[in-house]
Amino acid sequence: MKKVKYDVVVLGGGAAGMGAIKGALSENVKTLLIEREASTGGVLNQCIHNGFGIHVFNQELSGPEYHEMYLEKLGTFDAMYETTVLKVDEKHNLLHAISKDGVYEIEYGALVLATGARERPFEALRISGTRPAGIFTAGLAQHFVNLENKLPGHKAVILGSGDIGLIMARRLTLEGVKVEGVYEIMPYQGGLTRNIVQCLDDFNIPLHLSTSVIKVHGKERLEGVTVAKFENGRPVEGSERFIECDTLVASVGLIPENDLVKEIVEIDLSEGAVVDDLMRTNIPNIFAAGNNVCIHDLVDFVTMEGEMAGKNAALVSKGEKLPERKAIIKEGNNVRILSTKYTTASQAFKLYLRVSKPMGTTALYLNDERIKVVPVAKPSEMIELTLDPSKYKMRGKVILSALEVGK
Amino acid sequence: MKIAVIGSGIVGSLIAREFSKYDVEVELFEKLPDVGWGVTKANSGILHAGYDDEPGTMRAKYCAHGNEMYDKLAEELHFELKRIGSLVVAFTDDDVKILEDLLERGKKNGVKNLKILSRIEALEVEPNLSREIKAALYAPSAGIIAPWEVAQAAVENAVKNGAKLHLSTEVFNILESGRQYVVKTSKGEFVFDIVVNAAGLWADELAEKAGVKVTPLHPRRGEYILLDQPFLVKTVVFPTPSKAGKGILVLPTVHDTFLLGPTSEDLPPSEKENTSTTPEGISKIIKSVKKLVPSVNISKTIRTFAGLRPENDIKDFVLKREGNVMHVVATRSPGLTSAPAIAEDVVKTMFEGYNVRKKDDFDPYREPIKKVAEMSDEEREKLIEMNPAYGRVVCRCNKVTEGEIVEAIKHGARTLDGIKFRTTAMFGRCQGSFCTVKIMNIMKRELGTGFDEIRKNLPNSKVVDGDVR
Ligand SMILES: Cc1cc2nc3c(=O)[nH]c(=O)nc-3n(C[C@H](O)[C@H](O)[C@H](O)COP(=O)(O)OP(=O)(O)OC[C@H]3O[C@@H](n4cnc5c(N)ncnc54)[C@H](O)[C@@H]3O)c2cc1C
Ligand SMILES: Cc1cc2nc3c(=O)[nH]c(=O)nc-3n(C[C@H](O)[C@H](O)[C@H](O)COP(=O)(O)OP(=O)(O)OC[C@H]3O[C@@H](n4cnc5c(N)ncnc54)[C@H](O)[C@@H]3O)c2cc1C
Repeated sequence: MKKVKYDVVVLGGGAAGMGAIKGALSENVKTLLIEREASTGGVLNQCIHNGFGIHVFNQELSGPEYHEMYLEKLGTFDAMYETTVLKVDEKHNLLHAISKDGVYEIEYGALVLATGARERPFEALRISGTRPAGIFTAGLAQHFVNLENKLPGHKAVILGSGDIGLIMARRLTLEGVKVEGVYEIMPYQGGLTRNIVQCLDDFNIPLHLSTSVIKVHGKERLEGVTVAKFENGRPVEGSERFIECDTLVASVGLIPENDLVKEIVEIDLSEGAVVDDLMRTNIPNIFAAGNNVCIHDLVDFVTMEGEMAGKNAALVSKGEKLPERKAIIKEGNNVRILSTKYTTASQAFKLYLRVSKPMGTTALYLNDERIKVVPVAKPSEMIELTLDPSKYKMRGKVILSALEVGK
Repeated sequence: MKIAVIGSGIVGSLIAREFSKYDVEVELFEKLPDVGWGVTKANSGILHAGYDDEPGTMRAKYCAHGNEMYDKLAEELHFELKRIGSLVVAFTDDDVKILEDLLERGKKNGVKNLKILSRIEALEVEPNLSREIKAALYAPSAGIIAPWEVAQAAVENAVKNGAKLHLSTEVFNILESGRQYVVKTSKGEFVFDIVVNAAGLWADELAEKAGVKVTPLHPRRGEYILLDQPFLVKTVVFPTPSKAGKGILVLPTVHDTFLLGPTSEDLPPSEKENTSTTPEGISKIIKSVKKLVPSVNISKTIRTFAGLRPENDIKDFVLKREGNVMHVVATRSPGLTSAPAIAEDVVKTMFEGYNVRKKDDFDPYREPIKKVAEMSDEEREKLIEMNPAYGRVVCRCNKVTEGEIVEAIKHGARTLDGIKFRTTAMFGRCQGSFCTVKIMNIMKRELGTGFDEIRKNLPNSKVVDGDVR
């Protein structure tokens, strides 16, 4: 068994993990990246559309371009690729990992979790009917098309209007697949508005809101789906329609990936790792950043989170004492997701939130104090807040809520 | 002497293996492309203790005995078997009376160590049970298996001992021809001295074609939810049984996930392939399970599925012999549990009056596919040094390595489901969304096929279709 020792170990080499490497290296500590794939980049490698880097590089890049540019900024660093961590032993600061080279025991001073997210598979939705071939998550369909040059099928229905689903609707159409439509169970879209315009409207692909698949047909390969209108979470009788198709692409949500640490690190109801404003988990030398904390729309914010997590991990590994948590932050009215759940109130920090329903002009409140007004608020678009402890009181319990104040 | 076994479910595969212990030629016919993909693929996977079956029935004859036989089988064939015990939970005083009846019946059937637990004792065993329970019947001998793994292992071992396996070969008829039998199949005709029909849901129709009357079968559908919620229960938890059957249960699987189900719905005989799930079935499961284990979290669903029980009106197995043909019909629950005992009995019966010798060189052991995730670091180190492919994890959820995928192919997997049901890759919470492409690339390399030739399971289940232009 090979034993190695580093000040900071970063688990996962996507945008967050690369950021963490940069953050840690800026403090001149010995830093290691562990990545189970053959290279860095994570989900960026798969996203050949534009829209990355508006904040970090002030330009619109594709996923792979963003990855390349960031790597250049990063310079050289130690990394183990095609290496999978099987166990985190937080009592002894050890990781147990394997790769084709053998078994590793890796000791860390501080650990950054940057393991990203996984897609919710169609099967998890408990939709009735059979389970033939021809049902894909958007990520899997994207992988076949972008990396293997293979078509999932010839006539597709897209379930879910998240960004990945919208992007796949366009990509499949460009490849000659007939995309019958995008079906979304909620009364509002899941993805960004610019993706609705660029991926659906420009290609005349219909988006059916408040509509979902209620039954899958076909024994060997998919033969069709039944869709129906939904009201109050239930299918409306008489609204059923059969659609013939050989492909169903499900883009029904990403779930933060924390399987490896689920018994060690505090996890919230949406399965994200709970962190404070220093990106620290409940374990003082374990940090987390990126989609394993909460699902982000923009890679730029993921990078920034990663950089902060890496830097703070480096400080801890040097023996520096970071400030303690002073307040818990809770979701209030109309707020569904918060990226940060505790604050040390030691510095101004960025926090991202998602509202739970679409609203017009919306005021955001910290306890009773109005701190920001946005012209529109949609669950699909994260709202960025900067919270400065010198301006707002942050002790005990801080509640963030949203209130519609105009159309 | 030449022997045909029709059907590679748990019953047919164990029968084939039992025959392969003797100095005879055994051939096993299966219409599907892989073994154990019939009823054996979708059920609760419980080795029932045997208190449920009314004395005098075939079920009572075989269940408790079959259960006992599993320890030796698991040792020889190296499949997973966990004796986790079962609890039948009573909510009312009437339920408690039923538990007492079950205890008595169990004793008559030879079930050992049955015990009625008080409310407190039961909650100690299963802290997540409803606080409203009154008592529970505890059966320590109940166990869990992955049933298809038993079928795979038995077939592999039978083949190792000389049996011949015909996959994708459907048997159309069994015709008497002098003192022998012609077995007509989709791949030609074969002649045998002894034939065993273990065709699961189709055993009645095959018997009928062969000119034997048996009570007809209809499918009784059972739907399930597979859940990924840790620490839900430790034992198999049943409600108190009613006339409708054993009810909807909660139990761990050998893969550390949890099964909720099954429902029980009679379908017409024409629907022997209707494994669709239904909104009614799934809602019913959720409602029943919440009563048993209130803390169940349905949002942790991995998937839903349905199985079909080969049911008849007398609700019991039928073993019908006509000349040298044995028809094993209505292999409903507890068919898995009973299968080893049925196999032993069928072989004994068919050999009565013949002078067949046991093979001297019968090898009872089957080498399982290695499981890197369950090894110690030392074992992993040795294995990866020998073959680095065991150091490359392909399936994230269940930590299956490339070495295991290659092994599964060597063990006969030719489809994605073949690999899934041998390694548990694509079996976990992501349902293959990350590892499918990697696995297809390994299949491409090992089998020399293109992506277009790879199937999910059946011949028309293409995974991808054509190239990007
Ligand atoms: C399809 C899609 C489209 C998007 N479109 C845009 C866009 O247009 N513009 C934009 O700005 N943002 C976009 N985003 C958002 C943004 O790109 C992502 O949120 C961001 O890249 C996520 O980075 P991450 O590092 O958190 O996760 P990931 O990129 O998923 O990285 C996680 C890494 O960790 C590795 N890993 C996980 N577990 C382990 C383990 N146990 N051991 C070793 N390694 C492990 C993984 O292999 C992976 O490389 C998009 C996201 C998706 C999914
Ligand atoms: C919902 C449900 C829950 C259950 N739970 C349990 C339980 O917990 N414990 C328990 O002990 N039992 C249980 N059972 C019962 C158990 O699953 C069955 O008894 C057992 O799997 C039957 O095995 P088999 O070999 O008879 O049938 P199968 O597995 O169906 O095997 C028959 C095989 O024959 C093949 N075949 C059919 N016709 C032909 C033909 N003409 N030519 C060639 N091949 C053919 C089929 O393709 C199939 O592979 C359950 C059953 C169900 C459905």
